[in-house]
Parts: sequence; C-alpha cells; structure tokens
Amino acid sequence: MPNQFQIVVCAGIVPDPLQTLEPVTGPKGPGLKNEMMLPVVLDPWAASALYEAASLVAKNPGSKVWLVSLGPKAKLQQVMMTIAQKASFELVAIDAPVGGFADAHATAAALADAIAAIPGLETAKLLLFGGWESAARGAGVTMQMIGERLGITDQFMGVDQIEMRGDGSFEVLERVEGGKHQVSVCAGAPAVLGWATGNLPEPRNNPQIGMANMRTVMPALQKARPATLADNGLQYVSASLPSQQRQTRVVKDMAPDAIAQELIEWIGAE
Amino acid sequence: MSMNENLEENGAPAIERQAMEADIACVGFGPAMGGFLTTLNRAWMANPADSAFESKVASGMPLQVLCYERADDIAAGVSGVVTAARSIRASFPDLNPADIPMAAPVKSERILYLLDPVGVSRRPWLVRMGDRVLRRFSAMLGVRDDAFLLPWTPQFLHKGGGLVMSIGQFNQWVAAQIMASGLVQIWPAMPVNEPLFAENAERNGEKIVGVRLTDQGVDKHGAPEAGFVAGMDVCASLTVVGDGPFGPVGQAIDRHVGMPSGHDKREWAMGMKFVIELPESTTLETGTVWHTFGYPEPEIFGFLYVHPERLASVGIFVPSWLGDPARTVYRYLQHYIQHPALWRHLKDGTLRSWGAKSLDESGQRGEPFLVGDGYARIGEGSGSTNMLAGSGVDEAWATGVQLGEAVIELLRTSRSFTQENLAATYEARRRASWVERNARDAKNARNGFHHGFVSGIVGMGLAGVTGGRLSLAATIPPAHKQIEQRKIRSIKELKGREAAMLAMEDGRPLHDALMSARGWPEIDFDGKLLVSHQDALLMGGKVQAMPGFADHVVFRDAGLCIHCDNKTCISMCSGQALTLGSEGIPVFEREKCVHCGGCLWNCARPGADGKTNIEFRAGAGGFHSAEN
Repeated sequence: MPNQFQIVVCAGIVPDPLQTLEPVTGPKGPGLKNEMMLPVVLDPWAASALYEAASLVAKNPGSKVWLVSLGPKAKLQQVMMTIAQKASFELVAIDAPVGGFADAHATAAALADAIAAIPGLETAKLLLFGGWESAARGAGVTMQMIGERLGITDQFMGVDQIEMRGDGSFEVLERVEGGKHQVSVCAGAPAVLGWATGNLPEPRNNPQIGMANMRTVMPALQKARPATLADNGLQYVSASLPSQQRQTRVVKDMAPDAIAQELIEWIGAE
Repeated sequence: MSMNENLEENGAPAIERQAMEADIACVGFGPAMGGFLTTLNRAWMANPADSAFESKVASGMPLQVLCYERADDIAAGVSGVVTAARSIRASFPDLNPADIPMAAPVKSERILYLLDPVGVSRRPWLVRMGDRVLRRFSAMLGVRDDAFLLPWTPQFLHKGGGLVMSIGQFNQWVAAQIMASGLVQIWPAMPVNEPLFAENAERNGEKIVGVRLTDQGVDKHGAPEAGFVAGMDVCASLTVVGDGPFGPVGQAIDRHVGMPSGHDKREWAMGMKFVIELPESTTLETGTVWHTFGYPEPEIFGFLYVHPERLASVGIFVPSWLGDPARTVYRYLQHYIQHPALWRHLKDGTLRSWGAKSLDESGQRGEPFLVGDGYARIGEGSGSTNMLAGSGVDEAWATGVQLGEAVIELLRTSRSFTQENLAATYEARRRASWVERNARDAKNARNGFHHGFVSGIVGMGLAGVTGGRLSLAATIPPAHKQIEQRKIRSIKELKGREAAMLAMEDGRPLHDALMSARGWPEIDFDGKLLVSHQDALLMGGKVQAMPGFADHVVFRDAGLCIHCDNKTCISMCSGQALTLGSEGIPVFEREKCVHCGGCLWNCARPGADGKTNIEFRAGAGGFHSAEN
C-alpha cells in the first residue's frame, strides 16, 4: 500500500542567473544592481526538490505538496507563472524583501513559523524538502535550522535520490566526496531532505496543471503574510562576483606556441 | 477536460490530445494584449459580482481568461522604445514613469542627418552632392561631428509628452497588475501552435473555436520522443490574436481566410539595438531622444533614447527596401555607434544588452481582416503600426483597449462573439479612432523609398506635411523581390566578392566577410562595447531554447536553397542561428535563435506557390534579457 506523505518544499527565488548580475553596496548592505528589475527564477536547487516531491506524490496517491516561498509578493507571482505549470502544489507565500544576503537564522525562523501554521499538517507524515544549496548565496544551513525549529532531527543533505519502502521507511543517497553517495535508511517521516540536483528532468509545462494551481496561487499571494527579517547583527565586509568579463583580443600572424605561452601566463596571473 | 482524437493531416496515427475550455483565449503578450487585458480586468474588478463576467464554461466562476506567451518570461521583450503614450496615459491617468524601470518622460527630441565619415556608404549622387555642400559650409550650417542637426522636428515625428521605455519592463509592470486580480492567467514559455477552426462552420470553416498549444517532447522535426506531450486544445468562444507580425496564429488565419483586397505584408525592417551603460561623465540627460538618418547607409534610420540610470538604447532599422542581399545588421550597428556624433557620447560606455526584432512596416496596407467568427486581431500583426510617425506601441495598446471595450459591451448585452458583433463593436471603434485616421494618413508615406532614398525622403515629407493628402505613387514588390542581386561593376569588386566567398569557406560569418569585402573597416574590438556578434549574444541575456520543442525555422524545399546565390537569410540572421551547411543548404540552430523573424522576409527564393521558402512556425524561448 502506498504511503501518504505531506511534503513541504521550501523554495526561494533568485535573480535569473542568465542576466547581468552586478554586486553593489547600498545603505542596507550588499545587493545587486537593479535587483528589482531583474527577472527571478525558482532557486534551481529548490526546483529539483519540487520536481522530486511531485514525482513522489504521483507514486503515492493521497499525498500532497505545499510550496513555501519567501520573497517580494510581485516577484513570487512572476515565478509562479512558470512554476505552476510544472507541478501541482498549494502555495504558502511570505511577503518579505529578501535577497541573497538575508540572515539564514531569520529566514529559517520565518519559514518554520509559516510551516507550523499550515492547517492540517501532520508531523508524522511530514517530509521537509528544500535545496541543499542556493544559487543566490548558499549559506547551506537554512534547511537544517528549519528542521531544528520544527523538531525534526532526521536530516539528509546533498540528496540525489530517495527510494520509498512499503513500511514507510526510505533509502536516501547523499552526495559525499569522491563522487560517491552515502546510503542511509530512515525509519520514516518526519525528515528533512536538502536536495542536490536529483535525477529527474524538469517537467514539461502543462497548461492544465497551471490552470488548476492558479486558482489557489492567486488567493495565496493575496493573503501572503508580510514578514520582517531581522539582521541579527549580521554585517558583510565585502561582496564580489568572480571575474567573468571576456577580454577579447584579435591577434594575427602569431605562432600557436606563443599564443599558448601567453594563455599560460594569463591563467597564472588570474 | 476531454480528449480529442484528431486525425493527422499526413495520415499518421491519431494523437490523443487533452482539451480544456476557457471563455477567452489570448495569443501573445505584448502592449496590445496588455491594453486588452487591462481594460477587461478593470471592468471586472469594478464589480466582481457583475453577472456579465460570469464564465460560460465554469459555473459560478468569473470569466476564464487565459493568455499564452511564447517567450520564457514576459519581461523578455526586445525593444527600447519612445512612444507618445497617449493611449497608455489614458489607461493610467496617474502614471508615474518612475514606477516602471527604465521609463522616463521625453525631455528633448532632435533629428540628425549623419554624413559618412568612412567613405564606404552607398550614397546616390544627389546625396553625395548634398554631403559636399554640408561639409563645405559646415561652420555656417552648424555641422558638427559629421552630423547636421535639423533645425526643427516635424510635427508628425513629435513624441512630446511621451515616454522612453523598455518594452520588456513595461510588459512586466502591466502583467503584474493584471495578474494580481486573479481574473487573468498569463502563461509564459507556452507557444500556441495554431488556431482551431470549426469543422462545420456556416462560413466555410472560418470560425475559430480556440487554439492548439505546441507539442512538447518532440525532436527537431516534430516527431514524438520520450516524454511526448501533445499540445493541448484550448477551446474558447473568443480568441484574441496578438502574436505580432509573424506569429503562427496570425499567419495561419491569413492563409486560411486570405487578406483583404490589395492588402499584403510586403514591407519590413529589422530593428536591432544595444543597451549601453553610458560613461559616468555623460552629458546626455535622461529622456533625450535622437532620430538619425543617412548612415551607415542612407536608407538606414537610427535612434538613441536615454533611460534613467545612465542607460541608453541605441539602434538602427534595416528596411526590406535596402536593395542588397548583404543586409547584415549587427555589423552595421557597430559602425553606426562609432559615428562621431554618437561615439562622442558612447565611447567608454559598456554594452549591457542587445536585441533584435522584425517590424511589419506595411502599416495599413498589411492590415488583415480584423475580426471573424470567434476571433479578433489586435496590435502590430493587425496592421496598426504607423510608419509615418514611426510609432507602434501606442497604437497597439489602443487597439487592445478598443477590443477590451467591445468585449465588455458584448458581454453586458449578452451578444456572442460573431463576426458581425465584433465588427459592430471592436472594428467600429477602431475605424472611428485616431489609430485609423493616422494609419490612413501614413498609408503611402514610405512609397518613395521604392524609387530611392531621395524620393523616399521627399515622399515622406510630403505625406507628413499634408497629412497624407499628397504622397508618391509606387508599386510595392513582394519582400523577396526587394532583395536585389547587386551587380558587380569592377574587377576590384569582383575580387572583393571572391574574398568574401573564401572567408565564408574559412568559417568566418558571412556578413562580416561581405561588409569587409565592400570596404567597411574592420571593427576594433575593445571587449567592452565593441564585441563580436557571438559575445554580444552572451551579454546581458541569453537565448533560451527549452529542449523538447521542434525547430520553428523550417526550409520547405532544400533544392531552392542550393540554387540560391544570395543566402540573405544567413547574412540577415540576428543571432547567427543560420549558418551555411554542406551543399549550400542553410543550417538552423534553435539554441541561437532570438526569434527576430528576419529569415521569414529575407528569403529570396519563393516556392511555386509564391510563398517564401522559409516557414517561421511556433517555437518556445528566444532572447531573454531584462533590459530590452
């Protein structure tokens, strides 16, 4: 008999990495130039978690997915226009001016409070999914802290696969050094799973799923609770991106060996 | 929801398709659709309990309005624009440009005639004579930096009180407000494949009953692969077509019902622009608008718009009547920004983004049937662009508003979306509006360009000054006949052409080879503002090509391509997505295509049916940049 899970996916939004991202330091600390103008996407790590959750629900009828996301309401709406076509979920939105530099403790507290307030959520059936890392500024600790706040001590990070068993237990593959996986067996829910990339492809856009989701997404956005994230005294000394600027130079009549030597020197200098 | 069992036209096994019902299905999200949905949404929000807005397909629910957009994000529009914005301001009387990123009020306008500082531009003798006069009396005439500032801006070009904007940012701003109410769903990354025609309609099958979305999980030829999902049929009593001048739904309707007598889409232009971060020392004020002509070729018009935050949109329009198969735009744009009049302000700037789009320049002559049973057409694809004023966004928005008002009237009077009812409400509003009057005035304004640059300017001036009463006559040839094979006049030119062919064989881009062979100086790349075409494609945004969709650019008859000497589709391709393959057949790479639509009107080899040998079909993705 299939298990019935209640899967809560914590999924942040990040500026679209395909855009020109330029760090700037403003009065409120580091950020990105024109950040409100940049389109956003679901954090790719968290997106993997969502697709895994949708797959699990498909194999375990009676299960359900909630997507808990914290961000500016307008930006959340923009992301939902794409994501809501890919997987069925119920949105829990938290309206907060969050960027990649928010304090992880404060973020975890806001998310844990929102999850605890979901009506009908049963801890015994709860699987807490999220990204192991983040494309914004992966502190790599948020999921663990949410789990701690909710009293969930079985936690797995860098997850690439879970395999459910009939008795409710499941086998987990976590990434470890050397390109290997650590295999663990968990007795069952509740558990926290921070996903790496998983093994599932991005689902096709399905208009029917989108239409059904939107009937609940828009009301969820309208009643999104505003939240203020305390900085807890966190200060950033500096922030920078790796240099990505191309240094195009056209050379003519230069011997391949000379080009190779110059490249070696350039790489060394970098 | 239900399943449709449709027999494939080619006799292949039937594919089971899901179908769902909506009240209104909308195709494409641009300014016209923004105007339509804003108008409809506001009327509903004024009284959500209004029974006129009750869905006919979902009992107890408000109208089910679904809008499908091909691009992967509605902010991925590709146009910096200056617009008089009268219809936009009418919809948003309290509009504060500061609320829209990259928007600002127009502060100053000027028109510059650019002389040729390089000496390679193809200038007719009359233009060369004029240039000599300007240079000789430069001090007296105020010629500076090889540019002559016209002492006034003709009234028909004025955008006073208007806005400079980024269409991508404007679309996003509009969509956020529309979506917030919950009445309308806008779905990006979901291309519409074709309209659904009623099988047994009274008027010879001309009734449209919805749209079919594009199949997913297929190979490049459209054959199902693992994960195949047949495109869903979205059935609706009204289909609003706003998918632009080369959208697949608009094209299909034109094929199916034809065009009004004497109407055809024959005039086009490729608009390409850079978004440049101006140097900190810039003296250009936000809201500055320049229109230019005369360089890099006389027929190529250009622009510079200054946005807030030291950003500028700088670009050119290369028209179909530039009688030359080597109509490359990117290289021309690089020469354009280096003209002394512009370079003085742009030097030391940084290229932030880039974009390209085909514009339907046929104006009212390209207007299709605006309404039919179950459908209405709005925006650029409906022939609303005014080619005398060089204005399209304002007109497109206005047509959307007019349809919105018409639909509200029909809903409130419980009338169905028949051709007669839509004609009596939407078309009648449009015909009585300034959009129609201005389009009529502009109808023949650009005729003269088919006789040459000088007659083109004269004809445009005549039409502008007389409000369209006077203009030059011309027979407009089909777009493919406007691509003229340039005659080789000298041994030097012959050698140049041979050098270009050799360079092509060496893998060098065709457009670069042709331009260099003609004598244009090489571009001195600086890695910051002057970068290679491929580098530009990777700056500030990238091409999106989600896997699982078929190629949307298709060559109907490879044999015609083999025997085509021009290969204009390749030299014109904005994204270098078309390259020369073996046996002379162009090769299409979807992952590089920016969906500019240029290949559609730059094919010199029509088939026996008179249609271009290139089909531009429905496709997902395209260029994705927030700053376009």
